[in-house]
Amino acid sequence: MKAKIYVTLKPSVLDPQGKAIHHAVETIGYRGINDVRQGKYFEVTFGEELSLDEARAEVERMAKDVLSNPVIEDFRVELDSDSES
Amino acid sequence: MPFTDEPRSGIPGPHKERDEGLMKFGVVVFPGSNCDHDTYHVISKVVGQPVDFIWHRDTTIGDCDAVILPGGFSYGDYLRTGAIARFSPVMGAVKQFASRGGIVMGICNGFQILCEAGLLPGALLRNKNLKFICEHVNIRVEATDTPFTSNCQRGQVLSVPIAHGDGSYYCDAATLAELQSENRIIFRYTDANGNLSEQANPNGSLDNIAGICNRERNVLGMMPHPERASEDLLGSHDGRILFYSLADTLAGLKKAS
Repeated sequence: MKAKIYVTLKPSVLDPQGKAIHHAVETIGYRGINDVRQGKYFEVTFGEELSLDEARAEVERMAKDVLSNPVIEDFRVELDSDSES
Repeated sequence: MPFTDEPRSGIPGPHKERDEGLMKFGVVVFPGSNCDHDTYHVISKVVGQPVDFIWHRDTTIGDCDAVILPGGFSYGDYLRTGAIARFSPVMGAVKQFASRGGIVMGICNGFQILCEAGLLPGALLRNKNLKFICEHVNIRVEATDTPFTSNCQRGQVLSVPIAHGDGSYYCDAATLAELQSENRIIFRYTDANGNLSEQANPNGSLDNIAGICNRERNVLGMMPHPERASEDLLGSHDGRILFYSLADTLAGLKKAS
């Protein structure tokens, strides 16, 4: 079972890295871009011992308490019960 | 208490038997701390007070009168600056100490850790210009009613170095208003004459904030490094007045109790 956690800066927080990337890709020639925001992506793989709901609870707590800082960041969690993926 | 940062003569060496009037400092060592020895040196040799290292795995801070979280790159700054250090066993003891009114000072990475730990509000973001900045800056003392700045004068400008990639102070508008109205912004980046300006703000910090304290005023976080500016040999001794303030405040507290 794999959890995917996306951590993004809150809209109110300046993102100088995103701005630099925005500038760079425009310089290279990519067109039509309004904004670039940089975030973080985590994959957490669980063993067999937790149920889907238990794993979801663990991931939500982890994302809130450790992987993101609620002062500056938001997070979104996806849980993938497909063992193939 | 005299307003002075004059060198103090006849200061005892480190680990002298504790006398009345001597204050014991603790410097926390995380994996990746790199200003721990500088801080230890200044406390022992410049300020002349006993000082011990506190290992991050320790669950107590012993008999220390003040705890300093030094600069560095604890846990390699992985995840976010200070994000992993705040879960160190010693942080439980630091929180408890702070909640009882104990004096806690976070310098640079120590400031970042205090914010992550929730002992101070806000967060330190990537510098606005995306560069790691290592240079002397000027900071203005905004409040002297803290144990860290009691020997300073309001408006006094100190020349101290910064060395950080993530020093842009951020908090939400309500928190900023609170910091302002409660006089908890202790240091602001200014020019050499103490004038606030955009140019004097090296990293994009909100309201030129270089250091803040908690509501009870016993926990301070600051990005600049006073321990790197405590001896003339290093180009400035402006930073040592903060450590003198701490030692004098603690001595006063001890005498009063």
